[in-house]
Amino acid sequence: MVNPQMVMYEEEFNQIQTVVDRMVRDANAKVVFIVDKNGQLISAAGDIDNVDTTSLASLTAGNIAATGGMAKLLKENEFATQFHEGEKANIHIQLVGNRVILVVIFDSRSSLGLVRLRVKKASEELNHIFETLLKKVQEPGADSPFAEITDEDIDNLFND
Amino acid sequence: MSFINYMAREINCKLVYYGPGLCGKTTNLQYIYERTNPEAKGKMISLATETERTLFFDFLPLSLGEIRGFKTRFHLYTVPGQVFYDASRKLILKGVDGVVFCADSQIERTEANLESVENLRTNLAEQGYSLDKLPFVVQYNKRDLPNVASVEELRQMLNPTNVPDFEAVARTGVGVFDTLKSVAKLVLTELKKGGQG
Repeated sequence: MVNPQMVMYEEEFNQIQTVVDRMVRDANAKVVFIVDKNGQLISAAGDIDNVDTTSLASLTAGNIAATGGMAKLLKENEFATQFHEGEKANIHIQLVGNRVILVVIFDSRSSLGLVRLRVKKASEELNHIFETLLKKVQEPGADSPFAEITDEDIDNLFND
Repeated sequence: MSFINYMAREINCKLVYYGPGLCGKTTNLQYIYERTNPEAKGKMISLATETERTLFFDFLPLSLGEIRGFKTRFHLYTVPGQVFYDASRKLILKGVDGVVFCADSQIERTEANLESVENLRTNLAEQGYSLDKLPFVVQYNKRDLPNVASVEELRQMLNPTNVPDFEAVARTGVGVFDTLKSVAKLVLTELKKGGQG
């Protein structure tokens, strides 16, 4: 089914960023990021200067989409948790609320057990935040930045 | 499905290039990537086979400028065109805001074009979208080849609803940016209509 438009307000963004920042500390992670299932990066924290988070977000969503497709063929619900072990870095991917994906990249400074523990707690918090956000977006009279955009604004964007 | 981030002042939209195998979807993105300023693009990701056929998707993030203080970012995706990759095509279409149908103008690809546009319509419908209501443009690619159908014939077959359409030679860039600008404009116009209730 078509999902409602995804909107991120300042209040919820700050709450999400707080969760993500805390996860980096509590899980001893290198990078933590949250991605919309459609591949849009929502939030990121940690050593993100050395990581192409835009590309990772798209690839993560593709990964979840592909494994979701496999699950459907096997008459399973989604494979909500994935873990990929590398030589130096590992990646833990968790589907949260069937809407967003929580990704934790960690190395030998952390452990899978610690990451899973922290992901479980963070997932509960994120679920709550996104439920609130969804209700806010669906409220009648919710602001849209498009309300004041004119045809001329759009044309000007494409003038060389 | 667009993503509006008030905090970052960003509007993010997803465009998907669709069409039969070897019609030029990846070539379109490669040309856009080569010709876009470094500040306005991210890395292009291509998940492809050893013979450079798209296996899962190509991805290219682009910034198109600001509108009312919001940065507009478009995520361009291509689907794998070969017939047996239908399961993957369905996944890539999720959350799409606008579609470019890239047709192969060669006469011998007529059947493939028709099957692909039908496939697009079906896959969109499965996800609750209607091709007639989604921002949609058509590109008639490979116009430089000798054995091509006329634009009128292609239009009749592939664009019965008269959405914006463009002749193109993606290999050299002809029509590539015109196509992209057109679909991006349609997406923003549609979002504007939605915002005004």
